[in-house]
Amino acid sequence: MAWKDYTLPHEVPWNEVELGAIVTTPGSASVKKTGDWRTERPYIDKEKCIRCGLCWLHCPDAAINQVDEGYFEVDLYHCKGCGICASICPKHAISMSEEVEQ
Amino acid sequence: MTRRVVLEASHAVAEAVKMADVDCIAAYPITPQTHIPERLAEMVADGDLDAAYIPVESEHSAMSAVLGSAAVGARSFTTTAAQGLALMLEAVYIASSHRYPIVMAVANRALSAPISIWCDHSDAMMARDVGWIQVFCQNNQEAFDMTLWGFRVGEDKDVMFPVMVHLDGFTLSHVTEPLLLPSQRDVDRFLPKYDYRLALRPESPTSHGGFGLPDIYTEVKYAQEVALRDARRTIDKAWDEYADIFGRRYSALEGYKTDGADTLILTMGSLGETAQMVVDRKRADGMAVGSLNLRLWRPFPFADLKEAVKGVKTLIVLDRAFSYGGPGGPVASEIRSALYDIAERPRVVGFVGALGGRDLDTGTFEYMIDRGREISEKGIECLYEPLLVRGLETGTVVRG
Repeated sequence: MAWKDYTLPHEVPWNEVELGAIVTTPGSASVKKTGDWRTERPYIDKEKCIRCGLCWLHCPDAAINQVDEGYFEVDLYHCKGCGICASICPKHAISMSEEVEQ
Repeated sequence: MTRRVVLEASHAVAEAVKMADVDCIAAYPITPQTHIPERLAEMVADGDLDAAYIPVESEHSAMSAVLGSAAVGARSFTTTAAQGLALMLEAVYIASSHRYPIVMAVANRALSAPISIWCDHSDAMMARDVGWIQVFCQNNQEAFDMTLWGFRVGEDKDVMFPVMVHLDGFTLSHVTEPLLLPSQRDVDRFLPKYDYRLALRPESPTSHGGFGLPDIYTEVKYAQEVALRDARRTIDKAWDEYADIFGRRYSALEGYKTDGADTLILTMGSLGETAQMVVDRKRADGMAVGSLNLRLWRPFPFADLKEAVKGVKTLIVLDRAFSYGGPGGPVASEIRSALYDIAERPRVVGFVGALGGRDLDTGTFEYMIDRGREISEKGIECLYEPLLVRGLETGTVVRG
């Protein structure tokens, strides 16, 4: 099941809350949009990236995914903009830019 | 076969836990609760009870351990008192929020400071809003019965709440008196096997203790509040079943000689029996007095109370704890609040006493009845009257 298929907490009325608020669907935390806490957004410069995977390894939220040809991509639905990826990148291929209202 | 035995309340509780065939016990000894875990540890060590006994390093660990055992669907028991309850309090809230039907016996004891090992209800009042079902016992038989009943009610699919069984420290915990122990066959008829739908199992994974952001927290808490109020139906049903099988009938608010009474005195715990003795004396003197024993503290029996005070002019309430700087004793102030909306309500007169193990004899009960009627009849302003304070003139009231 993809995370987008879960019922969002704000859609659950009180009388449908599971007993003790126990979570019966594994992985449901992924449904929570934490990306909107972000004040800075990481950008990966593919030209500089050597695909070492240190950003993927260090991301505390698993918000960096490996994509085609071994490059990496930021999952902006979950990325909180902590900047650890930018700090750890040995090639300075990741930059943080200010998050602006769309 | 039912046996008549002589036991202290602590050992009566242990017998009930054994007959309930619990799977897990985690407890830390603290006076005056010590004999309960001690006896249970013996039962497990002797092979009389097939349960995991976890000798933990603190009360916080005791409650945390039974949270874990409850999460996997094990019938679980713990027990504490006073400072122990204070230390475990954080985890006590988790038990009711997760809806784990743990049973906990609390041998009521005064909170520090100064250190007192003796009985009052300050520990119970500290834990008033933890969201558990809470009952108070008058005697050792009730300590046995409420413990056994606690598993039946808590584990009911329509309830799923932990149950706190309050028994007065020393007055009950260490006093031996005769009581009836039922047969295992009858206990098994009363208490079915526990089956927890959401138990942690590798084949059906669940997450217990998740994060609740502002978009869901209110709904979760409201669901818990409604469920505790709704638990009342099953609470009464289980007491009915108890009467059918064991022959002893219990209710949320028990009246004694209330017919035609214009004055009632309400207590919780073992002092209820002292109140009854004094009611007998006053009745013999021709006074229209009765007593109420408030057994079910949570969920609070509002309708029962309103019914019980019909036609009553004075309702005297004894508190065994202060609500420092608050609206009188915690029990009296709740009762005032519960009756506020009805037009024909009695005057509620609160007394605070019997703290930290101080005896409250029948003479003091007679005083409370006479003085309570006086305060009511003369309309004396009074949040509460403190009882037997050295250096304080008798009849001194505390006003708001």
